[in-house]
Amino acid sequence: MNGAGTVGVVMLVHEALDRAAQVARHWAEHGCSVVVHVDLRVNTTNFNEFVNGLADLPGLVFSKRHRCEWGTWSLVQASQTASELMLETFPDVRHVYLASGSCLPVRPVSELVGYLGERPRTDFIESTTTQDVPWTTGGLDSERFTLRFPFSWKRRRRLFDGYVRLQRRLGYKRAIPMGLVPHLGSQWWCLTRQTLSAILGEPNRKTYDRYFKRVWIPDESYYQTLVRLYSTNIESRSLTLSKFDYQGKPHTFYNDHLQLLRRSDCFVARKIWPHADRLYQAFLSDEPGNIKHAEPNPGKIDRVFANAVERRTRGRAGLYMQSRFPVEGRENGVTPSQYSVFQGFADLFEDFVPWLERTTGATVHGHLFSPEKAEFAGGEAIYSGCLSESATMRDYNPRAFLTNLIWDARGKHQCFQFGPQDTQGLNWFIAKDPNANISVISGAWVVPLFHSNLNFADIRKETARLQKIESAHMKVLRSPFVKARVRIMTMAQFIESPMEPLQAIIDTIGARKMHALSEVPKMVDLTGFGKFLQNLKNQGMHPHLMGDFPVGDHGAPVPPKPRKPYLVRK
Amino acid sequence: MPYFLQYYRELGVNHFAVVDNDSDDGSREYMVEQPDVSLWSTSHSYKTARFGADWLNWLQSKYGHDHWTLTVDVDEFLVFPFDDTRPLRALTDWLDASSIPSFSAMLLDMYPKGRIDATPYHEGQDPFEIAAWFDSGNYTISKNKRYANLWIQGGPRARTFFTNRPERAPAMNKIPLVKWKRHYAYVSSTHMLLPRSLNKVYEEWGGEKASGCLLHAKFLDTFSAKAKEELERGQHYANSHEYKAYHAAMRDDPDLWCKWSEKYINWRQLEILGLMSKGNWA
Repeated sequence: MNGAGTVGVVMLVHEALDRAAQVARHWAEHGCSVVVHVDLRVNTTNFNEFVNGLADLPGLVFSKRHRCEWGTWSLVQASQTASELMLETFPDVRHVYLASGSCLPVRPVSELVGYLGERPRTDFIESTTTQDVPWTTGGLDSERFTLRFPFSWKRRRRLFDGYVRLQRRLGYKRAIPMGLVPHLGSQWWCLTRQTLSAILGEPNRKTYDRYFKRVWIPDESYYQTLVRLYSTNIESRSLTLSKFDYQGKPHTFYNDHLQLLRRSDCFVARKIWPHADRLYQAFLSDEPGNIKHAEPNPGKIDRVFANAVERRTRGRAGLYMQSRFPVEGRENGVTPSQYSVFQGFADLFEDFVPWLERTTGATVHGHLFSPEKAEFAGGEAIYSGCLSESATMRDYNPRAFLTNLIWDARGKHQCFQFGPQDTQGLNWFIAKDPNANISVISGAWVVPLFHSNLNFADIRKETARLQKIESAHMKVLRSPFVKARVRIMTMAQFIESPMEPLQAIIDTIGARKMHALSEVPKMVDLTGFGKFLQNLKNQGMHPHLMGDFPVGDHGAPVPPKPRKPYLVRK
Repeated sequence: MPYFLQYYRELGVNHFAVVDNDSDDGSREYMVEQPDVSLWSTSHSYKTARFGADWLNWLQSKYGHDHWTLTVDVDEFLVFPFDDTRPLRALTDWLDASSIPSFSAMLLDMYPKGRIDATPYHEGQDPFEIAAWFDSGNYTISKNKRYANLWIQGGPRARTFFTNRPERAPAMNKIPLVKWKRHYAYVSSTHMLLPRSLNKVYEEWGGEKASGCLLHAKFLDTFSAKAKEELERGQHYANSHEYKAYHAAMRDDPDLWCKWSEKYINWRQLEILGLMSKGNWA
C-alpha cells in the first residue's frame, strides 16, 4: 500500500510491547502513518528491542517519551507531543487517530481509511457536557474541573480523597479559563488535521495547559473541551469500542469475544488481553476472510457488558451465595419469585392440596414448617435443590430453607400450608416480602380439633394455645410494615361466600386455566360446629378468630352448595 | 495425582508446591519425577500443624510473596467463570487490574449415582466421570463476625451425615486463590484468611462478586477406606467427628444420589444455579 497515508495513528504504549509492536506494524503496513509514544517507565532494554523490531517501517516514528500515570496530565502531554510530531512529519495526514498499545483494529484498515476519506471535515470525538454524563464514577463530574488534584488516585488514595473533602469543606473552587465550557468523553478520538493543529497551536495554550494539569483525568476532557472551540463538524462518538465496568475501568476482550467484536460497528476495540492469541491472529492477519464481514450489531456487545454491570451492582434477586450475601434491605428482593402461603384452607377443605395443584399447576406443599418435618409436595423426603425434610436442618436456618426452596423452584410457583401449629420464626420475614401471597382463613385450624376425639378439656387448652399464636401472627400481618399481599378472612366470612376468594387466589397464581372455576374443593362437614364453639365459650374460652357462627343445631351457616358454572344437558 | 497435575497444567499453573504428609501410595515417587513440582515431605502431625495451615503459610510466605497462589487439596478442582475459553492467567490478570486480592471458590461435593463403591476409580482418570453429581441448592450461609468471612454449610454431607446436628456439618466456603503477601495467613484450612479484608469476597450491597467452585472428588470408591484410615489416624478437626459420622453412615448405605441431584456440565451451569458468579467479568 502507499506510504503517504491520509490517516495517521498516534499510539500510546505502556505495556505488552510485543502486542503493541504487532499492532503498530499492522497500521504501518496498511498505509497509515504511525507515531508511537512509549511510556518512560518502560526500561531501556525493552524499549530498544521494541524500536529495533519496528525499524524497517518507513511510515513509523517514535516521539519523545514522558512518564505516564493513569488519570494525570502526563497522558495528555504524551498525546500532544506525539500529535505534533505526526502533523510535522507526515504532511499528507488528514485524520489523526489516537489509540493505545492494547487497541486492536477490528475492521480492515482500508475501511477506516475509506470511511474517513468520505468525511474529510468530521471530527470523531465523544464530547458531552458534565451535566449530561451519567457514567463518571466516584462522584466527581463537574468537580473534576473546579477542584485541584495534586495527589495520585492510584498510589495515594487517602490523600486524594482527603484533599477532595477538604476543598469541598472550604468551598474551594478553581476558575475555569474564559471561553471554556467543560466537556467530557472517551479519550480515544480521531481528529482532522485542521482541528488538531488549531488545538495544539492555540495562542492561549499555555493557560489552558496550566489549567488542565490540575483537572482530574484530563485525557477525558482536554481535547473534548477544546475541540468545541475549533471544530466545525463534531460527531460526538468514539470510533474506538471501549466498554467500562461499574468502577470506570475498561473491560478486557478475550478470545471468546471474537464473534462479538466481528459485529462491532467500531473500527478499533480496546482493551485486548495481551494473551488473546486468537483475536490478534484473526484481526491482524491478511488472509482474506479472516476479518469476516458480519452485520454490525453493537447492541449485542452493549448488552453483554451492561449485564455484567447489572450483575455486579444489583445481582440476582433472592440469591444468597458465596459472593452475594446482602445485608438486610439491600437484597433487591429477598426471594426470587412469587409464592403463596395458605392458612386454614387445608383444614376446611378435604382435598385442598390436590385441588390447588390440579387447578393452578403450581407446586403445592403441605405444612413446610410443621414441627415434625417439612411436608414437601408428594411426601418426598428430599426436594428440589436436594433440600432435606429434616426439621432440625430446616430450623437450623429457616430463612435459607425458604429462600433456597423458592430459588431452586426456578420460577415455578410454590404454595405451602401454614398454621399456628407450625414454627413461627419466619412470620416477619414472609410478611415483609413483596413476593409472598398470604391467604388466611382465621380460626380454621380449630376444625381438626372439632373433629378430633380428644377430651374436651384438652381441646379447650389446645384451642386457647393456637388462638394465641395465630392472633400474634395476625397482628404481624396487619402491621403497616407488611409488603406481602395479604388476604385475611374469618372462617365465618369465608364460609358465607367461598367462591370469590378461591377465584381470586387462583388468579393470583396465574392459573393454567384462566376461565372461571369449574371445580371447587370439597368442604368438610361442619354440622354442629356452632355448638362446638358455644361449648368452648361456655368453658370460659373465647374463640374469636373464627368469626360469628350461630349456635343453631345445624351449626355453621350452611354453605350454599357451590353451583356448577355450566349447564349439563341430558 | 496424575489427573490433578494434568488438570491444573491445562489451566495454566506454572509450578506446584506439594506437601506430602506421609503418603504410602507411591505419590511421592511420582511427584519427584515431575519437572514442575517441588515436594516437601513431612511425617509430622497434620493436627498439630493446625490441619496443615501452618505448612501452607510457611511455604507461601517463603515462595508465594507477590504471586497468585492457588491452595488446594489433591481432590479439589477449580472451576471459574470462562474456564472453557480463558486460562487461569486471564482471571488473575483481571483480578490484578480490578485490585481484587482474593478469589472465592466454594467446595462442591461431587458424588456418583448409586453406591459410591460401585465404580472403581483408575489412576489418571477424570474423577467426575464417576462422581458427576452434586447438590445444587441446599446451602446455608451465615457470617462469621470474628473473621468477616461467610460460613457456608450444606451439600450431600450435611443432608446425609449431619441431619441431626447441622451445626457440625463441614464448612464449604473456601478462598483458594490469593495474590499472596508475606504477612498473609490462612487461619483454618483455606476457609478463611488474615488479614480479615481478604475474606470479603462477597458483596453486601446487593451485587455479585466474581467467584468459582472447587469440585470436590471426595466420594469415590476410595472413600470408605479413606474414612476408616483417617479415623484411625485421628488427625482431623474437632476430634475427627466428621469422619466418625461418615464411617458410621457409609457402612449402611453409601448412596448420596437422589432424584434432585444435578449432573455436572460446566461452569455456566453452576453460574445459572447461583453457586458461582461471573460478577463483573464479561
